Amino acid sequence: MLREAGYSGPVILVGAEAHLPYERPPLSKEMITAATVQDPKTIAARERLATATIDLMIGNPAVRIDRQEKMVELAGGTTVPYEKLLLATGAAPRRLPRASASALYLRTFDDALAVRSRLLAGCKVAIIGGGFIGLELAASARMRQAEVVVIEPMPRILMRSVPAEIAASVEARHKAEGVDILCGQGIADMGESSSSILIHTTQGRQIDADLCVIGIGAIPVTELAQAAGLAIDNGIAVDEFLRTSDADIFAAGDCCSAPHGIYDGRRIRIESWRSAREQGALAALNMLGRNQMCVALPWFWSDQYDSTLYVAGLPEEASLTVRRKLADGAFLLFHLAESGRLVAASGIGPGNAVARDIRLAEMLIAKRAKPTPSALMAAEVKLKALLAACRWRDPELRPEA
Amino acid sequence: MGEWIEACNAADIDTEDVIRFDHDGRTFAIYCSPAGEYFATDGLCTHEQVHLADGLVIGGIIECPRHNGRFNYRTAEATGAPVCINLGTYPVKIEAGKILIRVA
Repeated sequence: MLREAGYSGPVILVGAEAHLPYERPPLSKEMITAATVQDPKTIAARERLATATIDLMIGNPAVRIDRQEKMVELAGGTTVPYEKLLLATGAAPRRLPRASASALYLRTFDDALAVRSRLLAGCKVAIIGGGFIGLELAASARMRQAEVVVIEPMPRILMRSVPAEIAASVEARHKAEGVDILCGQGIADMGESSSSILIHTTQGRQIDADLCVIGIGAIPVTELAQAAGLAIDNGIAVDEFLRTSDADIFAAGDCCSAPHGIYDGRRIRIESWRSAREQGALAALNMLGRNQMCVALPWFWSDQYDSTLYVAGLPEEASLTVRRKLADGAFLLFHLAESGRLVAASGIGPGNAVARDIRLAEMLIAKRAKPTPSALMAAEVKLKALLAACRWRDPELRPEA
Repeated sequence: MGEWIEACNAADIDTEDVIRFDHDGRTFAIYCSPAGEYFATDGLCTHEQVHLADGLVIGGIIECPRHNGRFNYRTAEATGAPVCINLGTYPVKIEAGKILIRVA
């Protein structure tokens, strides 16, 4: 984006992982289910980065930021001066206390290789955590003919960010595929023998697993920022321009929290592919002084077998939820605040069946629209028509053709 | 040159909308612009081969449902990351209320 925006000065990309920047979503899906091991799916090929004269210093983590001298020190001792600095350090898997040494986590390509190499047909896999990582892995492991049990301490799966009705649909699908899902159970203890991992749950279930993968959330990586004295608040704290408490340092993605105007300026940290991409692009523009506010809504999706769930906005902000039934078992949920404002939308269906409607709902949310529950529930009412009705009130907000 | 194939009825596509058309192992997306003109492109996004017909038409743009990559469906041009490869585009004509596209 820096290059697209016309910046021609030096751009240096520093990273701890030895791979070229790559996509993470396939790590829990295609990477596990594919017949043969594949290379990481790069975001931009080396040639393209070279053409754009983006210097890569990968496999070489930054260890210190010197804000006075405006330079970053790398692990080998090299120092890199900066005019503007972007921190996109991401998040690291939350560790389970007292987990056995051979339990795996999933964040990086190398993690995925380890999971894949241990996942043999017929093996028993225990997955700790009923969130996206755990459930996507459960689906992938089932597709590789493993026996799968998911252990989730909360009363239901996907409790943090997905509405109950959608979670119920996902759970039903997993059970139909033969995944054993245990909710309301934590890990009492975990031990290891020479051949397996022995897990005791808090409800007294005993599980003997060949492979255990833990997916219990992610913690923003803020050590560098914290050591440099930058403000930290649920990740690196940035303003609506993605600027940290230092005017020359910006942050984007899983590592930072930003105020969201649509939710009354509440500080939110979003862990999603789209948000990471949007914030990265926005930070680049603002590093060039364009001063554009972050207005994007939280938006994510998760593939579960051949269905995909989508969530736009924050459903937990709502006081009323209405449902719209679609074809082929798909459905949408619209989440309304007490004022009648649409604050979130979610849905699940085969392939990307609900994506378009969730996108239109996202535009309604951004317009602060107050569509009536009856209009939202009626499948024959086109969301595009509801959106057009809003446009009439706010012509400046019309998307460019 | 290529033959003209009947894809659908003009009435099958709402204004500012898109439908999917499959033919002979290939998949296409057929659009009706806000001005009521028809266009046709390859049906799969060049980023990750997702069906564009599941996406949203906004004016002269088709947005991929999954990663929101955008193409100008009149020119088939990719208009910015994450899409950078243009789509293939196909001539369209209307005869007696039917949409025909010419595929190579």
